[in-house]
Amino acid sequence: MPKLTIDGREVDVEAGLTILQACQKIGIEIPHFCYHERLSIAGNCRMCLVEMERAPKPVASCAMPVADGMVIRTNTPKVQQMRRGVMEFLLINHPLDCPICDQGGECDLQDQAIGYGYDRSRYAENKRAVKDKYMGPLIKTIMTRCIHCTRCIRFITEVAGIPELGATGRGEDMEVGTYVEKALTSELSGNIIDLCPVGALTSAPYAFTARSWELRPTESVDVLDAVGCNIRVDARGPEVMRVLPRVHEDVNEEWISDKTRFAYDGLKRRRLDRPWVRRDGKLLPATWTDAFAVVAQRVKDAGGKRVAAIAGDLADCESMLALKELMTGLRSPNLDCRQDGAKLDPTLRASYLFNTTIAGIEQAGACLLIGTDPRREAPVLNARLRKRFCVGKFPIGVVGPAGDLTYDVQHLGEDPAVIQEIAAGSHPFAEVLKQAKKPMLIVGQGALTRPDGAAILGMARRIAETCGMIDDEAGWNGFNVLHTAAARVGGLDLGFVPRKNGLDIEGILEGAAAGDIDVVYLLGADEIDMRRLGNAFVVYQGHHGDAGAARADVILPGAAYTEKNGTYVNTEGRVQNGRLAVYPPGEAREDWKILRALSDVLGKPLPYDTLGELRARLIKANPVFARVDVVQPAAWGEFGGDGQVDRAPFVPPIDNFYLTDPISRASLTMARCSEIFITGELGKTGTDA
Amino acid sequence: MLNDKDRIFTNLYGLSIPGLAGAQARGDWKDSRELLAKGRDWLIEEIKASGLRGRGGAGFSAGMKWSFMPKEIGARPHFLLINADEGEPGTCKDRDILRNEPHKLIEGALLSGFAMGAHTAYIYIRGEFFRETEAVQKAVDEAYAAGLIGPDACGSGWTFDIHLHRGAGAYICGEETALIESLEGRKGQPRLKPPFPANVGLYGCPTTVNNVETIAVVPEILRRGAKWFASLGRPKNTGTKIFCISGHVNRPCNVEEEMGIPLRELIETHAGGVRGGWDNLMAVIPGGSSVPLIPPSICDTVRMDFDSLQEVKTGLGTAAVIVMDKSTDIVRAITRLSKFYKHESCGQCTPCREGTGWMWRVMERLARGNATVEEIDVLEQVTRQVEGHTICALGDAAAWPIQGLIRHFRPELERRIAAFNQAQADKAA
Repeated sequence: MPKLTIDGREVDVEAGLTILQACQKIGIEIPHFCYHERLSIAGNCRMCLVEMERAPKPVASCAMPVADGMVIRTNTPKVQQMRRGVMEFLLINHPLDCPICDQGGECDLQDQAIGYGYDRSRYAENKRAVKDKYMGPLIKTIMTRCIHCTRCIRFITEVAGIPELGATGRGEDMEVGTYVEKALTSELSGNIIDLCPVGALTSAPYAFTARSWELRPTESVDVLDAVGCNIRVDARGPEVMRVLPRVHEDVNEEWISDKTRFAYDGLKRRRLDRPWVRRDGKLLPATWTDAFAVVAQRVKDAGGKRVAAIAGDLADCESMLALKELMTGLRSPNLDCRQDGAKLDPTLRASYLFNTTIAGIEQAGACLLIGTDPRREAPVLNARLRKRFCVGKFPIGVVGPAGDLTYDVQHLGEDPAVIQEIAAGSHPFAEVLKQAKKPMLIVGQGALTRPDGAAILGMARRIAETCGMIDDEAGWNGFNVLHTAAARVGGLDLGFVPRKNGLDIEGILEGAAAGDIDVVYLLGADEIDMRRLGNAFVVYQGHHGDAGAARADVILPGAAYTEKNGTYVNTEGRVQNGRLAVYPPGEAREDWKILRALSDVLGKPLPYDTLGELRARLIKANPVFARVDVVQPAAWGEFGGDGQVDRAPFVPPIDNFYLTDPISRASLTMARCSEIFITGELGKTGTDA
Repeated sequence: MLNDKDRIFTNLYGLSIPGLAGAQARGDWKDSRELLAKGRDWLIEEIKASGLRGRGGAGFSAGMKWSFMPKEIGARPHFLLINADEGEPGTCKDRDILRNEPHKLIEGALLSGFAMGAHTAYIYIRGEFFRETEAVQKAVDEAYAAGLIGPDACGSGWTFDIHLHRGAGAYICGEETALIESLEGRKGQPRLKPPFPANVGLYGCPTTVNNVETIAVVPEILRRGAKWFASLGRPKNTGTKIFCISGHVNRPCNVEEEMGIPLRELIETHAGGVRGGWDNLMAVIPGGSSVPLIPPSICDTVRMDFDSLQEVKTGLGTAAVIVMDKSTDIVRAITRLSKFYKHESCGQCTPCREGTGWMWRVMERLARGNATVEEIDVLEQVTRQVEGHTICALGDAAAWPIQGLIRHFRPELERRIAAFNQAQADKAA
């Protein structure tokens, strides 16, 4: 370990660190703009200059690796003077528009100008003005404010993997832009707003809506995909103003997808804020008492076996458990949380988890993607795959539709026959997997929602077993299922699946169509084909006026993910807690409380009155819920079918990344994105008319 | 004064026979095979012993630079990169070598490439040098045809290829790491060091970047011996050097001379003296636009080599001597240089990107006198804030001419300010 002296203190640090990192380790703050720990080093802002003994010139501490015997000084008058100089240069062409800048209050330049700026300018010339660039509906640009740190360029090129941003022009005429003006197509583009140390790139939907110091932050988790990104929900009064990422090294590092970040305006539109009851074919406003009475009457008329429940993709574990136990009380075995009909096996936990874990991807040596498009299904997880790819020696095979995943892949074919060959060991990629250290595979919902999903799951298991993906000694499990629904793993963990002789999703829909099911309880389930519900009496408990509410006979207004304290389990099996940031609108209530109240009316009261009691019950249902934010390795075993597979090509489960759930479908921002990226010019392929 | 027998570039003016035959008649490609047979270490030691310092401006020991290359060729190939992106205002020495002595360059490329274990050399030629590119390409083709380079260069068994690449006209691409970036097809911006090119250079492989003149003198040094080269010039500033004399002299020229020749002798012997006589001299920029100017009092005695010029707070740079007589508007002249650096700053580092524009704008006002005396001090401080704070030396190059001007011509600046203010006051009255 190199030993160096920083400001007179002798320190031992690991080799390979930079001076700046070494300083941070011992608590010395070095001001910087262009340096970012997750991006490559640019060394161009020159704010981090320090003095080094025996060096003729000051060195950029962000770029200089530590070496034995270095003597570094960070607090001399000369260093202070250098910082003042750089700050002066940055400010001469930076507009003094902080009062109308959305970055105000959380601006690196503003903060550091307090420490190193002069209180007046010596620059008497005209300031530079730069034309704003169009970067799409999400990112607002005020390019005059740009300090050319190139963080955005590096992020889009390195992490997002879509080299759309770059610098044109030279010297003071250098401008950051998309070369030919166009919208950024990356699903992670919003992160450059966080990365921008000044107000050059700000959030377009958030523009001029709030000042950062007015906001009340709540730490929560995202539910719009199954990654469980850690987020911070910033609210003012009763309104969610914006969503930002939180650092979680094992999940999302510090990135979130554009849907996670920008779909929040959907929380304010098309909301169910009071109960509704359909009378004479028309939904009419009702009171909670009326609505409960109607539901109770119909459930009583139907009797247990003719009642069914379906949990949607955004449901929290607490409400799913409450609904499950309510169904048990009613003696109904018909319940399912797999509204897309995925052939997931609830009996063995390892069969439906992303066992490798997201951080574990970085150790993998080869990867096989089966019927999944991680870039659209889980952009943040895809960034982790790209991160691993960029390290090198990471062959990736794709079976299914081949889009641009932001890294190079071998496209092995479109249909399951290829998987059969790999499982049998006759395909060359089987050899690639066997040769690799710690190989992994990812099965997507595109493969599992097919009628032959169980057989494909079985083949994936055989590939995992024969290609060395299961290594208990090394603690390696390379078998992964990538979910698209935040509620899915939680639902399977707590057993929101048909009980003995019960109907699964397909059975429920068929039963409803045939008149064998009289009452269907939808807990935020909007992704099923509502036409198949026939004449069944539909109770919809949820937060948005989407497909389910339109079909419902009774609507019970629930809470969206920002409005309740709920537990979610991400695709890795990581239990995380979402927290209440704002209260549900109008008469809407937290979902488990609605079910608790309904259970009283139905005469089958649930045995818990507080969230704490309900969570204790959850742990009893499955001990995994006891440990928050921990991925517990799941035991391997037999699962999956071995029937015949169909030759039909895989179809991606998500055809429109921006509109996947009731919240994003209610969001204007997401609608605009969809218009531009999916149905607009950018969404077209070269062969479209 | 340099004896004709010690001259390296015997066809600098293109008066002798062109082509390979002419070059061989002048002694090029003689004994190349025997020189190669002496081995890498001998070559490097010989160049070290000769005291050859890089001719591109910084004056770093060439032999030392070569010895930074890995001793053994590992998994990554080694590259020799020849910097022919001659863009320093006032400098035109490489142009003449490319035009008239391309075989010296090619032979030098082979010998130095062999010394550093490189099988491939790239010559990055300034885009504007169109005819020069043709001349070098012709010479390369001749050398290939004659088996001097190629799969078995000079019969030595060493494979050696030379590729030409034309730049697109950015001054910054003459900086070695920006040159590498540009050659790789990216925006010409200097890279951070470390890692140095000898470790991670072109395409991530060990690379040495040398100036055309540095490489072109290598064959003669090896043939005549390090002792001969070291005997010319002054200690630590050995050998001969091509000086480019331009500006207000009677006969502007390129001339090869011994290092350490007095400036006055150089100008009077080879350039026909200053226009209107030595007493008509106002200032000299001794090493290309990047170095500070010196006034006549220094010009009288100073010698033209790296260390002597450094002592008087300027530099040899590329040895482009720009002579200005008393008809020169010295402030305008330096303002023009400021504009050049503002135009050519790559825009990567804050101090250079913002500072060059600031300095130029203040200089524009100072040239008219439209400023205050305090602003001269502010300008001087701004140059200090740029100098040494950037990734490459362009920031320094932009700061130094202004520092030189303020150091030696401050009274002139103050006179202009006073005159301008007086004129304003008169107009108002």
